[in-house]
Amino acid sequence: MALIEALRMASLSDPGMVRDLNEDCIELRPELGIAVLADGMGGYNAGEVASGMAVTLIANGLSEAWNEDALQGLDRPAVIELSHKLLQQQVMGANAAIFEAARQENSFEGMGTTLVACLFHDDFVTVGHAGDSRLYRLRDDVLEQITRDHSLLQEQIDSGMIKKEDAHLSNNRNFITRAIGVAAEEQAEIHTYDVLEGDIYLLCTDGLFGMVSDEEIQITLQTLKANLELAADQLIQAANDAGGSDNVSLVLVRVMKSFAQPSSAPLVQ
Amino acid sequence: MAKLILSFDGAMLKTVELNKERVTIGRRPDNDIQVDNLAVSGQHAVVTTVLNDSVIEDMHSTNGTMVNGSLVQKHLLQHGDTIEIGKHLIKYVVENTVAAPYQDFAKTMVIRKPDAGMMAAAAHPAPAAPAPMQAASAVPAAHAPAPAAPAAAAAAATPAREAGLQILTGANAGRVLELNKSLTTLGKAGHQVAVFTRRPVGFFVTHVEGDVFPLVNGAPIGTQAHQLNDQDTIEIAGTKMSFFYKT
Repeated sequence: MALIEALRMASLSDPGMVRDLNEDCIELRPELGIAVLADGMGGYNAGEVASGMAVTLIANGLSEAWNEDALQGLDRPAVIELSHKLLQQQVMGANAAIFEAARQENSFEGMGTTLVACLFHDDFVTVGHAGDSRLYRLRDDVLEQITRDHSLLQEQIDSGMIKKEDAHLSNNRNFITRAIGVAAEEQAEIHTYDVLEGDIYLLCTDGLFGMVSDEEIQITLQTLKANLELAADQLIQAANDAGGSDNVSLVLVRVMKSFAQPSSAPLVQ
Repeated sequence: MAKLILSFDGAMLKTVELNKERVTIGRRPDNDIQVDNLAVSGQHAVVTTVLNDSVIEDMHSTNGTMVNGSLVQKHLLQHGDTIEIGKHLIKYVVENTVAAPYQDFAKTMVIRKPDAGMMAAAAHPAPAAPAPMQAASAVPAAHAPAPAAPAAAAAAATPAREAGLQILTGANAGRVLELNKSLTTLGKAGHQVAVFTRRPVGFFVTHVEGDVFPLVNGAPIGTQAHQLNDQDTIEIAGTKMSFFYKT
């Protein structure tokens, strides 16, 4: 099953109700099963530059590297391993490019970006992330957060200082512990998950989950999964109705069918 | 900078700035805030501060620690909270509070750790079985135990008025459907489905799926959300209904 038929994608990005600039960026390559989303930070338009560079470099780099020649002759575990290696290479390359651009140009100083990138192939998804942009999955009508934020708040929760149900009361929600482009070397955290028919994946910036509860996100995806564009629209609207204090961006990926690779012909006679 | 203001019987006794990680409260003299009263335990409570968050934790005191009238074991302090220790009151005050709603979306900042711990997450092979949140085991040790945090939202925005649908035709004619959820879908899956959304500015109907679009007062609404007015007539999948605001 070709990816383009097996996966349905929709995306939307909105500056929100308070900010003039939108520093979020999204790049999709549906035919290759690639979705990348980033939330930039930095003065003037530097945040937008960082997130724009990250999504473009990673999507383009992966599109080039993730080809039939590279995959030829590899079994599924080897393909998964390759997906990690290639995604990490792109993230590290983007990190170096953003860091270098910030060194060259005064107005870009200190820019950086969060990141969440997905690569779908052979009924798996490899996801890399840095910072507090997230991947969620709706499976059997239950929403689950797949990525764990690289943030001070997450560390406070892990250490037991703050209860997770009090997370929205924290005043430390704007501190992240990993970002792309702020240091000479940085990596994404990368994992792979098996994908099932019917799954819906949500990549989003903190402008969504900071304003809209997980429960509301779950209800929206359950209710509107037949129309991904409308679901995306509804989620952005919910964030804006709740105040829209940040840029809000999201990608929805619905798995219509299995996209398992035809298993390579057995060699035994 | 946050601070604690100790008072007794309406009289202010002491102000302590939360400029170090641990500030202790108790009867013994080595506490940062000493409260010399028999109702107070030797080591009564401790306030731990990390950047903009301060958490008060009761140190198994005899008489307990109350915040805003409730007994707490551990509590994330919010500007204006009143802590009760015996008959002494301690108010938690955050100065230079940014206008409340936007404070939480202050500019994102990166705090990097000098050690390589955070960088250790290298490529891991996929779990063989579809195990949800399998990732946790592959995360650096400090991150291992707790499940991820659902950062909850600000209070759900709700409209000022209540509304419903009076079903006019079909099997459910005569019934009233309350539009009391943020999303209510109607129709037949795969054939024609519409969703009613409840927003602060009012109620809307939007086409979800199917070739036929909902009719509002006889006219198809197209793909855009359509705001409803009191007494609008709507037709979805052959059923007619009337939208009304409750008085």
